[in-house]
Formats: sequence, structure tokens, C-alpha cells
Amino acid sequence: MAPLSDYEFAIRPNRSWVRVDWRGLWDYRDLLLLLVRRDFVSRYKQTVLGPAWFVLQPVLMTLTFTVVFGKVARIPTDGVPPVLFYLCGLLGWTYFSQNFQSTSTALVSNAALFKKVYFPRLVVPLAAVTSNLMAFGIQFTTFLAVYAFYSRFTPDGGRFGMEWTALMLPLIVLQIALFSLGVGLWLSALSAKYRDFQHLSVFLVQVWMYATPVIYPLSNVPEQWRWVSILNPMTVPVELLKQVLLGTGSCEPAHIAVSIAGTLLTVVSGLLVFQRVERTFADIA
Amino acid sequence: MKSIIELNGISKRFRLGMLGARSLREEVENWCGRLRSGQQATAPGARDFWALRDISFAVEHGEVLGIIGSNGAGKSTLLKILSRITEPTHGEALIRGRVASLLEVGTGFHPELSGRENIFLNGAILGMNRREIRTKLDEIIDFAEIEQFLDTPVKRYSSGMYVRLAFAVAAHLEPEILIIDEVLAVGDAAFQKKCLTRMGDVAKGGRTVLFVSHNTSAIVNLCSRCVLIEKGKLTADGEPSEIINSYLSRDLSGEPVLEFQEKGGEAFFNRVTLARDDRTPSANFDFDESAILLLDFTLRRNIPGMDVSFSISDTTGERLFRSTSVMSDPPVIVENGGTHSLSARIPRSVLLPGRYFITITLHRPNFEIFDRHERAITFEVTNKGFEYYSYSPRQVGRFHADVRWTSNNTLQMRI
Repeated sequence: MAPLSDYEFAIRPNRSWVRVDWRGLWDYRDLLLLLVRRDFVSRYKQTVLGPAWFVLQPVLMTLTFTVVFGKVARIPTDGVPPVLFYLCGLLGWTYFSQNFQSTSTALVSNAALFKKVYFPRLVVPLAAVTSNLMAFGIQFTTFLAVYAFYSRFTPDGGRFGMEWTALMLPLIVLQIALFSLGVGLWLSALSAKYRDFQHLSVFLVQVWMYATPVIYPLSNVPEQWRWVSILNPMTVPVELLKQVLLGTGSCEPAHIAVSIAGTLLTVVSGLLVFQRVERTFADIA
Repeated sequence: MKSIIELNGISKRFRLGMLGARSLREEVENWCGRLRSGQQATAPGARDFWALRDISFAVEHGEVLGIIGSNGAGKSTLLKILSRITEPTHGEALIRGRVASLLEVGTGFHPELSGRENIFLNGAILGMNRREIRTKLDEIIDFAEIEQFLDTPVKRYSSGMYVRLAFAVAAHLEPEILIIDEVLAVGDAAFQKKCLTRMGDVAKGGRTVLFVSHNTSAIVNLCSRCVLIEKGKLTADGEPSEIINSYLSRDLSGEPVLEFQEKGGEAFFNRVTLARDDRTPSANFDFDESAILLLDFTLRRNIPGMDVSFSISDTTGERLFRSTSVMSDPPVIVENGGTHSLSARIPRSVLLPGRYFITITLHRPNFEIFDRHERAITFEVTNKGFEYYSYSPRQVGRFHADVRWTSNNTLQMRI
């Protein structure tokens, strides 16, 4: 047990703008790990297929897209086999949308907990982003298996290929994690005060997918409108994943800079809003 | 040595309008209103409610402090501030030690996880790290008496097992400061006793404990000092048995007589009085004492179908029952113009100890409300010796029913 003086702290009305309790977060790192474990273990309890759902969900989604957008709507896929193209697009998007869903309800769905016990509230969204990362890992493995199949056993094998920049993958994932955390923090803070945003966010995430080059390549967006697409910070990471994993994409360095700036702005402002709301959240919940 | 907890002028304000989550539309309307009138739509402070006002005291290392007060006095708000769940509006508290607070048993339990997994999760939520939990694991399992169900999801536990496990985790926290709110009112009597013993051990172990409870005997037995909070203010501080005696025998705050200004309209109340059997006004009744509600009102003309009613609600705002003059047996019909006086007897041994509000209405049912006073009278039912005292509504419900039990065995036994 730590000596007394080590834990002296003051509770007083806080009027400063930013106060993120970094040290508290570190003290509660075990809680973060346990919450990650809880999310992961509890998600598929009492299911027959269990963790196989982590693989099945994106695969089923990909098949749906292949039929609807590939066969029926005939949206081009930059010359890549549609299955691979959608699986790759969904890789980044699913991680984003799962983070979005679990962090945007972080405050409201844990209200009962937050009204009864103190721990740094940021632990909850951070745990959500971390546990979704595991799902991403499983999904990525699935992608690799499908990729290996297509490049070896189909005539399309030579039309796409990973580039050495695939080593940048962790950075791209980090950007998605940060951006989704930022958006999630914003929405969870807003919906803590106004439940309207809970309804809005369900709709938002659906529309957002169509605004992001998940089912179509960025090259399919008319040149004069491409800048609009770039203003969506999710466009670049999703397109970049296709670029580094399949070698087809149209991201330019300037696009990447805009996207990173947007991400940083979102995550910093999200932290700011979130920690202002969390302090009195117990009173309004 | 410095005090382990120091409170300097802690105040907490709630904006009544803000208590529930407001919808965006209301907020936008509010903003527009402010813009148009150039200032706030409602007078500032009009809807403020001070849950705590200027609370200052210090707690020394190793002290076991009991906090008492009626429901809604601000005890729980104080604990929430000290456990960092919410912030004070003014003032500051200095805490010189690691705090663990136990405002509810089983906070954060996940029904799908096993007992063992929940021990770790709950322990971490309460501020323990994995190493601490691992060293305590056997003790916790022992205390909870759930060894054979350790790997069963807690959703399959009986409520008794659930509570035992939850308390066991909490009881093995080893912070320097332990904050406990009324959590001992769970489980069966044997387990409650075990918990109290454990609390006593914690206290003797030199830890500082803040303890809110309605169980006055527990406070007297466990605490070395006691503070009384009334209407958000600290009104007494000292030796537990003295404070509790004066608290239990105090004259209660509620005003038993309320006179109303005469106002327009065809029917209105003049006065409402809550009184004892001998008609002396009172706002404090013993559990086995009946109360009489006296209603004086005026009808300006003959109003056919006129009905007088009152309803009683509790501190959660829930209406417990309503009674009307027309529906009483035999019915009391008052329709003629003039001044009237009715009395209604609220039977004894029905309302459990606690605080209640009376709302009175003059109306023609389903047609017209002539006069209505929400929460006109506040009164308290206290308990001297009846054992409902230490239980929560979850266990005993909201009413006492005078159920007669008889044994059908007697005859057979004799044969």
C-alpha cells in the first residue's frame, strides 16, 4: 500500500478547460484490461459459434456487398476481385463503426455504474477501442487467408498485390482508433445531455459508410468532388488500407495530411468535451 | 498529523430543471428565449436546489464516522462528492489517502461472467489491482461461501449468493478510507451480522470509515463519532448515542398546518391540517399511530359531483394511494355552497417509516380541477422499536399489511 502522502488530492469545483486524469488512467490499467476481457468474453457467451462470429460477420457482409453492389449495381472495384475489395474496405470500416457504436454509448449505457463508483471514465471508451482491436485482428487474419487464396489460385492473382508500405498498417489502424475515439467521445458527451444524439448516431454511422470509399474506390469519385470526400477523415485510412494491401488506391500525401489533421482535431476536442461532461454526468444521468 | 479528510465549505447545487436529461428542443427553446429577452428566461436561482450548504468538518486518521439524517437531507450527495462521483459547486475537500467507496453492492457485476471473473472485474472497478485481488481471492471466496459455484455465470446465482459475493469483494478492499452507504441492508440476518462484524474489524484495523446508515444501532456500535445532516446542513457533530437520541426525538421539520390565501375560482382550499388522534397538529407520526387530515374549503356555489381527494406519495415521487370523499364508505358528499370541513383518517401501521407528501385536490372527477396543492404537507413516519427500520423497500415493499397468520397444525398436534 502506498504511503499516505502519496495519495493526497483535492476535490473542488473544476473550471479549467482540460483536465485529463492521466495518472488515474494508469492506476486503473488493470480495470482497462479486465473490461477488454469482459467485452470479448461476454459478447459471444451462450452462442454456439462463439468467436467464429468475428470471422462470420465480415464474411457475410462481404458476400452481401458482392451480390448487391458488385452483381446488381455493378460498382467498379479498381480491377480487384470484388470479394477481396469489399473485405479490405470493410476491414477499416468495421473497426471504425464498432468503435463508434461502443464509445458513443459509453456514458449513457454505464450511467448506473458511473453514479455509484469513481474511476476515470475514459477507461470505458479506451477499453472498447482496445477490445474491438482484437476483433480487427481476427478479421485481418480472415482477409489474409482470402487474399492468399485469390493471389495463388485465381487468374486475377497478378492484378493486385501488397506493397512494402503494408508495414504502415499499424499506423493506419492507430489513426482509425484515434478518430473513432474522438467521434465516439463527442457523441457520448452530447448524448449524455441530449438523448437525441443516440438516435442520430445510429443513422449517422449508416450514412457515413456511404460517404466513405468502402464499397467504391476513391477513383470513382469525380475529380472536382474528391476534395469533399477527403474532408471526411475516414476516407484516407480506408482508401490507404486498399492501397497498401491491394495496391489500388488514389491517396496523395496532401490527402493524408488533411486526414491526420482532422483526426487530431477530433480526438483532442472530443477529449475536451467528454471530460467536461463526465464531471457532472452523475447529476444529469 | 494532518486530518485524513478535510471538508471546507462544501456546497452542492442542483438545477431542478436540469435534473432530468433535457431534450435538445427544450434547450434550443431556452437559448432562443435568452437571446430574445437578452437574459435568462427564468430568474436565476429560481429553480435552484441546494442539496448541501457549506459543510465543513475534518475526519482524523482511524476514525469511524457515522453520518445520519432523514431521506433527502444530502447524505448521499456528500458521499458522492467524497467518492469523486460528482463535483461540489463550491468549497473543497482534501483527501489524504486512497479511497474506496461502496455506495451499492455489486456495482459493475456482469451477469454473463463467472463468479471468479466478476471478483476480478468488480475488484478492479472498486480500485484494486489484479495482484491485490489475487492475494485476497481465497479469503473472498471463503467469505462469500460460493466455492462450488465459482465458475458458474452469476446470472444463475440466487439473489442471496449474488449479494454475498458482491459484499465479499467489497469487504476485502483495503483502502485507507472506506466510504459506505447503507449497503448493509442486504442479505439475510445471519449474513448482515457477518458483514457488521467484518465492518467492525475493518474499523479496528485502523482504517478511516465514513458510514451512512439508517440502522442506528449499527452506528452506535461501530462508530466513534457521528454527524447529523439536515436539509443540506451539518447540524450536529459528536458522540454517536447522543446525536442519535436527539435526532430520533427531534421535532420534525414539516409544517403540519397550511393556510392558503383566498383566491378566485368557484372552489378552493382554505386550510389543511395534519393532526394526531387528539387533533393536535403534527408532522411526525409513529408507525403504529394513525393520522388525521383536516381539510377546510369553500364552495362559491352548489357544485354537483364535487369530490375532495388527497394522495400520498413517497420521496421517490411515486404515488402510494389516493382517497376521495365520494368513494369512501359511506360516501361523503359535499356539493352545497359555503365553507366546509372534512376529516380523513389515515390508518395506523400502513405507511412504513419514511417521509411522505400529501397532495390535496378539489375536483369534479374527469371534468374539472378547482384547486390542487402538490405536496402541501410533508410528514414523517418514524419507528420506535418496530423492526422494519433496517430493511430497504426492496425487501419489505412499500406498505405494511396487517396480515393475520394462524397455524392449522394445532389440532393435529394435540391428537
